[in-house]
Amino acid sequence: MGYPQKIHPRETPVLSKHFGDAEALTLQGWRARGGYAALEQALGMEPAAITNVIKESGLRGRGGAGFPTGMKWSFMKPGDGKPHYLCCNADESEPGTFKDREIMRWTPHAVIEGCAIAAYAIAAETTYVYIRGEFTEPLREMTRAVKEAYAAGILGPNAMGSGKRIDVHVHKGAGAYICGEETALMNSLEGRRGNPRIKPPFPAVAGVFAQPTTINNVETLAAVPAILTNGAQWYKGLCLGSPKSTGTKLYSVCGNVRYPGNYEVTMGFSFKEFLYDLCGGAPEGRNFKAIIPGGASVPIMTVEEAEGAVMDYEGFVAAGSMLGSGGVICFDDQQNMVKQIARLARFFAHESCAQCTQCREGTAWMTKILERIRDGGGTPEDLDTLLDLAEQMTGKTICVLSDSCATPVISGIQKFRQEFEALIPPSRSRVSTAAVATAVA
Amino acid sequence: MSDAARDMGQKVAPSELTAGHDPHGAPYGPVFVGARRAELDELLTHYPTKMAALLPALWMVQEDRGWVSADAMVEVASLLGLTPAYVRGVVTFYTMYHQHPVGRYFVQVCTTSPCNVCGAEDVVRALLERTGCGELGVTSPDGRFTVIEVECLGACGFATPVMINDEFIESVTPQRVPDILSRLK
Amino acid sequence: MTSPPLVNLTIEGRRVAVAPGTSILEAAKHAGVLIPHYCYHPALPVAGLCRMCLVEVEKMPKLAPSCATAVAEGQVVHVHSEKAREARQGVLEFLLINHPLDCPICDQSGECELQDYTFAEGRKDSRYQEPKRFNPVEDFGGDVVYVPNRCILCTRCVRFMDEVAQDPVLNVSERGDRAVIGKFEGADLTHAWASNVVDLCPVGALVSKDFLNKARAWELDRAASICPNCTQGCNVILETRDNVVVRMRPRPNEEVNRFFACDYGRLNYRWMNRRDRVELPYVRQNGQLVAAEWDRAVRAAAALLGQGRAFVLASPMLSNEALYLLSRLTRGNGGAGVFRVERGPEAPLPGVDDLALRAERAANVRGAELLGFEERQAPLEGVQSGDVLVVADEELAGADPAGLAAAAARAAAVIVVGTTLPPWARDAAGVVLPITNFAEEEGTFTNLRGRVQRFLQARAGPGVARPSWFVLSDLLGARGERTSYFLASEVFAAMAADRPEFAGLSYDSLGLKGAPANAGQLAEAAP
Repeated sequence: MGYPQKIHPRETPVLSKHFGDAEALTLQGWRARGGYAALEQALGMEPAAITNVIKESGLRGRGGAGFPTGMKWSFMKPGDGKPHYLCCNADESEPGTFKDREIMRWTPHAVIEGCAIAAYAIAAETTYVYIRGEFTEPLREMTRAVKEAYAAGILGPNAMGSGKRIDVHVHKGAGAYICGEETALMNSLEGRRGNPRIKPPFPAVAGVFAQPTTINNVETLAAVPAILTNGAQWYKGLCLGSPKSTGTKLYSVCGNVRYPGNYEVTMGFSFKEFLYDLCGGAPEGRNFKAIIPGGASVPIMTVEEAEGAVMDYEGFVAAGSMLGSGGVICFDDQQNMVKQIARLARFFAHESCAQCTQCREGTAWMTKILERIRDGGGTPEDLDTLLDLAEQMTGKTICVLSDSCATPVISGIQKFRQEFEALIPPSRSRVSTAAVATAVA
Repeated sequence: MSDAARDMGQKVAPSELTAGHDPHGAPYGPVFVGARRAELDELLTHYPTKMAALLPALWMVQEDRGWVSADAMVEVASLLGLTPAYVRGVVTFYTMYHQHPVGRYFVQVCTTSPCNVCGAEDVVRALLERTGCGELGVTSPDGRFTVIEVECLGACGFATPVMINDEFIESVTPQRVPDILSRLK
Repeated sequence: MTSPPLVNLTIEGRRVAVAPGTSILEAAKHAGVLIPHYCYHPALPVAGLCRMCLVEVEKMPKLAPSCATAVAEGQVVHVHSEKAREARQGVLEFLLINHPLDCPICDQSGECELQDYTFAEGRKDSRYQEPKRFNPVEDFGGDVVYVPNRCILCTRCVRFMDEVAQDPVLNVSERGDRAVIGKFEGADLTHAWASNVVDLCPVGALVSKDFLNKARAWELDRAASICPNCTQGCNVILETRDNVVVRMRPRPNEEVNRFFACDYGRLNYRWMNRRDRVELPYVRQNGQLVAAEWDRAVRAAAALLGQGRAFVLASPMLSNEALYLLSRLTRGNGGAGVFRVERGPEAPLPGVDDLALRAERAANVRGAELLGFEERQAPLEGVQSGDVLVVADEELAGADPAGLAAAAARAAAVIVVGTTLPPWARDAAGVVLPITNFAEEEGTFTNLRGRVQRFLQARAGPGVARPSWFVLSDLLGARGERTSYFLASEVFAAMAADRPEFAGLSYDSLGLKGAPANAGQLAEAAP
C-alpha cells in the first residue's frame, strides 16, 4: 500500500512496487529497477503489434470508464497524414481517489515510459501529461523526470536512437474537476474553458487541436511497460474473477478506515477480505455503515452489499455499484449520511461547467435541498423532488457529471432513507409556512 | 460578488489592500519581459496554437504577481492573439487563478466527504482561529493569511490535506495547526 | 457526379428524406415538426448544451440531442413521446428555478421562447423553495443591456460575436449556477452588427435600449419590409404601435442577410415617423402656396411639365415603381434624372458571405441606376433655365441651401412630389404633391446585387398623402399617357414589360424573398 505503510502480503504490487523508494525516482534508479527496457523493446516492434499486446492483455481504462485500452488505441488510424496526440490524464479529482498522485510522485518514469510506448503505438509524436494544478509534488517530479529523459535521449527527436520522435510535455491544470473528463481535458489543453464536448466527433477522429487523439489515465499508462515486459498472458492471468477484468488495480482507501492508503490487488479480489484483512476494517470501536467503492460518482453500498462484492468491473456492478476510479470511501456508524451526501452534491455543484441546463441548475438545487434537510428544514416532498431531479439529471447531458451528482442521492435515499426521514419533521409541509415557523421555534 | 457566488463558489472576497491591479497604485508593468518572455516563447513551441499556452501563461503571471489582474489579462491576451474578454472567461472558470490579491499565505483545506468524515471541518476551524482570519475567504488583519475550503485535493488517504500557496501538506489535524503556522512568517 | 442518396427517416410518424449529415432537428423542419430548442440556431455553430431538443430515437439507449445528432437511415424519432416531453419539462423547470418573475416588466414578454414552451409544456407550479440567484443588470455598450437573472446560458450571443461578428467581446464567466455572460471593461458591444444578439436571445436577458419599455410585443402590428438605410437590402419586419414605427428587426433571407441586420440600419427608423410632413396638395396662387384638391393639383403639375424638359431630382430611397414612373417623365423631352446618395463607412459582417452595411446609405441606388438616373454630387448644377425641376422626395440635406434655392430659381417651374417640402424649394415650388414614405406604401427596391425585393405597407400615411406610384401615375395620365395603375403590382408589371432588367418578374414571383433582376441585362454593380 501507499507510503508510508508496508506492502500487505496479499497485495500484488506491480504499479506500487516502488512506492516509498526514493531511489526509484531518478532515471538511474529507475533503470536499475528494469525501467525503459519495455520502451526499448517496443521501439523495435511494429506499432500495431504493441496495440495487439495491450488488447490481448485485457487492460481497461483505470480512470473510471473502464474502456478497453487496446481497442481505444486501435481507433487511431495509421498513415492518415495527420498529427496524432496522446494525452495522459493526470487530473485525478474524483473524491476518494489518490492513486495517480502516488504513481507520479514515486514512479514518474513509469508514467513516462508508458506514455512513450503508447505514443509510439498510436503514432503520436507529441504527448501532453495534463496534471491538475494542485498536485505540487507530482508536477515537480514529472517535470524533473521528463527533463532527465530528454537529457538521456529517451525522449526527443530520436527516442532511444530509434529515429522516432517522442515528445512529452507536462501541462498544469488550474482547478477544475471536470477537466478529468476526456473532452474537457482536451478543451482545457487548447486554452479554453474546460467544457466537455459533444460526441461525435470522437477524440480518435478529431480530438485535441482537431487532430486524432487518445486519452489514457495515468494508472492505465503506468501498467503498459510491465505488460510489454511480462506479456499479455501474464497480465490476463492476474485475474480472480471475470475474465473481462484482468491485471491489478490500485484502490485508494480513505475515510473512516483503520489503514488508509493505496492497495494494489488482482482483479476479482474479495471486497470483504480487502476491507477487513488488508485495510484493517473500521476505526477502533466503530463499525462501517456505508462504503463507496469507486469514487464519489458510483452508488453508495451498504455494508452487506460491500461484503458480498467481487472487486472487478462486473463484480461491483453485480453488487449494485461500480468499480469507477477505485476510490474506496468508508463511512462509519458515527457519520451523518445526509450531511455527507449533501457535501458530495455541493462538490458536484461547485464543479459543474455550466453548459447543460440539468447539471448547471440541478446540482445546485439538489445541494440546497439536501443542506436544508441536513439543517432541519426539510419537507416530506423533498425526497420525492430529489428523486425526480435525479432522474432528470441522468442520461440527458453532454457528460456524466450530472449523473454523478444524482447517483449518491439516489443510492443514499434508497439505502439510508431512515436518516433522511429522521431529519424531516413529519408535520412540516411546504404549504404552511406558519406551521414551519412554529415547528422550528 | 453575488450572493450565489458566495454561496456555492466559495470565492475569495477582495483583500482590503486591493485597489485596481496594484495595492500601492503603481502603474502596471508587464510580466513577459526578459526571462519570462523567453520562457513563454519556448513554451509556445510545445503547442500548435498560441491559445494552448494560455493556462501556462496565466500560471506565470500568478507566480510573479500573486494574482491575475485585469491588466495582466490584457497583456496575456495581446501576446497570444486573444481578446481580454476571452481570457477573463478562462480565468473565471479555473478556481486556482486569483482575480484579486490574497494574503501572503493562501491556505486551502479540503472538506469534501472523504476528508470531511476525518475531521476536515475541525481543521478549518482551527486554522480560522489561529490565523486570525475568523471567516472563510477573508484575509487576516495582518495580511498574512487567507483561508478557504476547497474541493477534493486528491490526497484522501492522507486526510486532511492542506495547501499553503504551492506547498502541499498531508495529514493535517487541529493539533498540528499551530506548528504548521509557526513556520510561516 | 450525382449527389449522395438522401437519408430516409420517420419523425413523429411523418416520413422525410434529407441530405446525409442533416441534423434530426433540421430534418424535423422538413417534416413540419418543430422540436423545441434554445441554443441551436442555423447560423451558429452547434453547441448542444441547452438540452431542450432531446428526442426519443427508437433503438438508441438515451435521448438524443436532435440539434447535434445526424439523421440515419430508418431512424424513427419521437418528439412528443412521454420520455421526450418529460425531459423538456425537466429542462423548463430547471430554467425557471432561478428565473425571476419579470414577465410584467420584461420586454421579451409575448415573444419569449421560455414563456412559449412553458405555456405549452411546462409545469403549472414551482416546487423551488430556495432563494433565487441574483446578479445586477449590466450595460454591455452599444444598444444592448444584459439582465443576468433572466439568462438561460444558451450562449447564442457568445457564439454570434465569436463566429459571425468575429469580435469576441462576450464570454461565459464563472462556473456552475454562478455562470453569467461577461465582457471585459472597455470592450463593449459596439460592433456594427452587435444588436443581433438581442434578436438571438430567446429570453429577455439581452434587450435593446432603444426598445426598452416602449411597447408590448402583442401591441405591435407587423409588416414584412426591406431595410431602407443602405443598398444591402436586408429583409426586415417593420413593427408599429398605434401607427408609429417602434422597431425594425431582421427577417430571414438566406440570399441577402441570413438572419441579421446591422445596428445602423435597424435603429434608423425614426425618420419614418417624422411629423414635418406635407399632408395636402398645394398649388401656387397669387404668389402663395395654397391647399388644393388632388385633381386640381395634379392638373396644375401636368401643365407645368409642358413648359420644358423635365429635370428630375429623385431620392434613391424611392421605390422601383416610383422611379420608373419618374423616368417616364423625362422621355420625349430630352429630360434627365439625377440622384445623390450619402455615404458612410462600410461595415461587413465577416461570418456571412457578402453581407455588410454598405457605403451608400439608401435602399434603391441600384434601382435608380437601372432606371436611368445618374449619380451626382451636386445634383442641381445641371438644372438649366427652361427646365421643369421635379424634386422627388429629395431634401439634399447638408447641401448649401442658398445654392439650391438659386438652382431652383433657375428652373422654369418646380414641382415637388415628396414626403416633405424642402425649405430651399418652398419659394420656387409651383405645385406640391404629398406622397407616403416607404413605410406607408408598398413597392420594391433593387439591392446592390440586383436583387429585387418587395416591401409592404406598415403604417398609414398622414393627411391625404398618396402612394408615390399612385401620384406619379396620375401625373403621367394627366400628361396624356395611358396609365391606369390602381395597384403597385400593376406598375411593377408595366415596368417589367418595359425594362429588360425586370422582364419576367412579378410581385407573385418575388414573393417575400425577392428575386434577382435579369443578370444578362445588368451591368456589373460596383463592388
